[in-house]
Amino acid sequence: MRKFLLAALAMLAAATGVSATEVVVYSARNEQLIKPLFDAYTRETGVKVKFITDKEGPLMARLKAEGRNTPADVFLTVDAGNLWQASEEGLLRPVNSKVLGANIPAHLRDPDNEWFGLSVRARTLVYNTNRVKPGELTSYEDLAKPQWKGRLCLRTSKKVYNQSLVAMMIWEYGEEKSENMVKGWVKNLAADPFPDDTKAMEAVAAGLCDVTVVNTYYFGRLMEKKPALPLAIFWPNQQLKAANAGVHVNVSGAGVTKYAKHPADAVRLLEWLSSDKAQNLYADVNMEYPANAKVKPDPKVAAWGSFKPNLINVAEAGKLQAKAVMLMDRAGYK
Amino acid sequence: MSEGIPVAPVAGASLAGLRTGPWLVVLPIALITAIPVLVVLSALADPDQEIWNHLWQFVLPELLGNTFWLVLGVGLGVTLLGVSLAWLTAACHYPGRRFFSWALLLPMALPAYVTAFVWLGLFDFSGPLATWLRDEFGIMRPPPIRSRGGVILVMTLALYPYVYLTARAAFQGQGRRLMEAAQSLGLSRFQAFWRVALPMARPGIMAGLLLAIMETLADFGTVSVFNYNTFTTAIYKAWFSLFSLPAASQLASILIFFVFVVALLEYQLRANRSYAASTRASATPSRIRLKGWHAALATAWSSLVFGLAFALPVWQIVDWASGIWARDLDERYLEFAWHSLLLAGLGALLVGALALTLGYAQRLHPTSAMRITARLSTLGYALPGAVLAVGIFIPVAWLDNQFIDTFGLDGQVLGGTLAVVLLAYCARFLAVSFGPVESGLGRISRSVDEAAQSLGVVGAKRLWRIHLPMLRVSVLTAAALTFVDIMKELPITLMTRPFGWDTLAVRVFEMTSEGEWERAALPAAAIALVGLLPVMFLIRNTEHANH
Repeated sequence: MRKFLLAALAMLAAATGVSATEVVVYSARNEQLIKPLFDAYTRETGVKVKFITDKEGPLMARLKAEGRNTPADVFLTVDAGNLWQASEEGLLRPVNSKVLGANIPAHLRDPDNEWFGLSVRARTLVYNTNRVKPGELTSYEDLAKPQWKGRLCLRTSKKVYNQSLVAMMIWEYGEEKSENMVKGWVKNLAADPFPDDTKAMEAVAAGLCDVTVVNTYYFGRLMEKKPALPLAIFWPNQQLKAANAGVHVNVSGAGVTKYAKHPADAVRLLEWLSSDKAQNLYADVNMEYPANAKVKPDPKVAAWGSFKPNLINVAEAGKLQAKAVMLMDRAGYK
Repeated sequence: MSEGIPVAPVAGASLAGLRTGPWLVVLPIALITAIPVLVVLSALADPDQEIWNHLWQFVLPELLGNTFWLVLGVGLGVTLLGVSLAWLTAACHYPGRRFFSWALLLPMALPAYVTAFVWLGLFDFSGPLATWLRDEFGIMRPPPIRSRGGVILVMTLALYPYVYLTARAAFQGQGRRLMEAAQSLGLSRFQAFWRVALPMARPGIMAGLLLAIMETLADFGTVSVFNYNTFTTAIYKAWFSLFSLPAASQLASILIFFVFVVALLEYQLRANRSYAASTRASATPSRIRLKGWHAALATAWSSLVFGLAFALPVWQIVDWASGIWARDLDERYLEFAWHSLLLAGLGALLVGALALTLGYAQRLHPTSAMRITARLSTLGYALPGAVLAVGIFIPVAWLDNQFIDTFGLDGQVLGGTLAVVLLAYCARFLAVSFGPVESGLGRISRSVDEAAQSLGVVGAKRLWRIHLPMLRVSVLTAAALTFVDIMKELPITLMTRPFGWDTLAVRVFEMTSEGEWERAALPAAAIALVGLLPVMFLIRNTEHANH
């Protein structure tokens, strides 16, 4: 009923407000995660947001094919690897915005300001509370050690989240050491890699293995459905003294397209998405962390405890993604 | 078809001597598929040596083996299931036959990757079966569903309806007299099936089998759920993870070449023998009455396949959907369903008409040039959907840019219109319609044409008055297949749909891409429901056609 009212309100607003302006968004983030935000934005500003969803690869191919005449003003996607690629392909333009500069920390945006992280996703460890003492766990790297033989479950290497994680390792340790580590992971696997984070966690809960690596919001969603599962979050790499210590984080984010027809409106949309009000909504819809440091995470999310994130610029993950994929192939990580 | 139309002169010596009339119709149809395929392959001009070397060394060996076993396994599986069930429901009488004759088609309405996910949910380590085995018997590792055998099993269950439908149309077309004739010549019923009915149905069976194989090669969803590496996953990896479109198209070109050779071989094998029935299919099929354990076995076999391929997944989907429908089902679903129906309906009509045109032109002019052109027109089905979608989108955007620049237009002309979506469906699904139409035309004896000719019934009139009525089951089969395929289609719809134009399949994508399988169940169930009603109607119709 409430949805119905909101829809009616939106239609009314669209009918009465003289919405001369509109912004067109190509989004690789799902409809149910972005539509509530765009609706809120339209209610507040009268600016209509037209959007289409698809996977990031096809959307980038579409942007490239349309070239100068693309109707898209904003490209919105998950993972810095994809954002970096869009910028590399020349699909985005630099944005000079004090608001975005103030709201989004430097390591969560493109050094050339072509894209900005809008929510933070932490990739961390989840373990079986019946079979692992928290003291046993330390870091991503340690999961390659013999003590975890037959106790590790992983999602497939085809997912960009794992590619970014390994890319960051390459950045920290170089290719050779990273490859040995990934080989160690593969040796420790209790089962072939799983198609998604949830399946991997379910295998941990079922006792097939003891620990896995997932994005926290998948953990949140699973526990909401099945609170009795013997699973808990562990924040790795907190003890290391090195400058690059910390939990691997990535972003979902957006940039203004190179040939945007409404560039000023596009920037205003991004600025609004980085503001307190939108950040609460943006991250809470999906149990992610706000990118804007001044905004507190949702209480559900905050209950998992605080952690020190890895502060390397997430753009590095994009640069090294292809290397990471080839490395994982060589290491036999399917 | 246009035999009466004056032939326009065509430049180029290679076409000299050919009758250009049909080519004026066939070439544009062939171009619809050829252009996207060529666009994808054009990236070959810019090879990416480093990535190609890597793929060659670390990726290709595994995926060649995997793809080979998958095609072999699924091919054998769908033939076994499809032919046996088609024969039982078309030619025999046993308890439940009436129900199974249409119910065995139902799995077709479920997107294969939905079935895959359900199976994985039920039989993987964390599923109810494994949990039960673990709790009751301490079996920690039951035979893994995520294995080569598991993928083959699930794909077979999802794809056998292609063979079932085309084989059934073929068996029905034969009528009963054929078997009676064979038996009167001293063959046992079993021998008559093997030596007469089955060979006669081969074009139909092959048409369905070829579709199932092309679908297997192009599949991305199912193999991803099982994390089973094939050509498709490698193409996606080269493109989306290694950011190399050239490497992706190198892989795609191997795939296309392979499929083309298979399709030509199949046609060549078939072209050497004629399977046309000498008379119009008998209108009174008296079915073989199975008795005793034969009947029990037939019912059990049909029930088993129906249960595993449809009842089980649907039970799980309904279970999921029942938990969330109150929260998720809103008036938008009417719009999703309407969009899906409209696209599938228009698509099936258009694709069916093109397939009929192509098939007819090939019948009138059975030259090898025509045959190869027809085969080329069906290659789109073997390309992974997202790859084909890009191949279509690039020329559309290029055309749009020409329009915009030339005429100073404000926005796109073609892009974002339903015309592009439908055009793209033609490129992808021509194979789906062409197979049944071609095999149906093949069953019409040449003597029918000659008789018609002698009576002065030629050209479009002959198609309309003589062939179409005889082709009814084949054309309906073609349309039904295409309709259900479009209902489930995703990558092309995603890429080319107008803003805000969401379908049920798009809704499934939105939910599953975030791993929300329970919420994806609702649109998946709607696809099955909305997609099946017309198909069930068609099947009943074809049943009555032979009564």
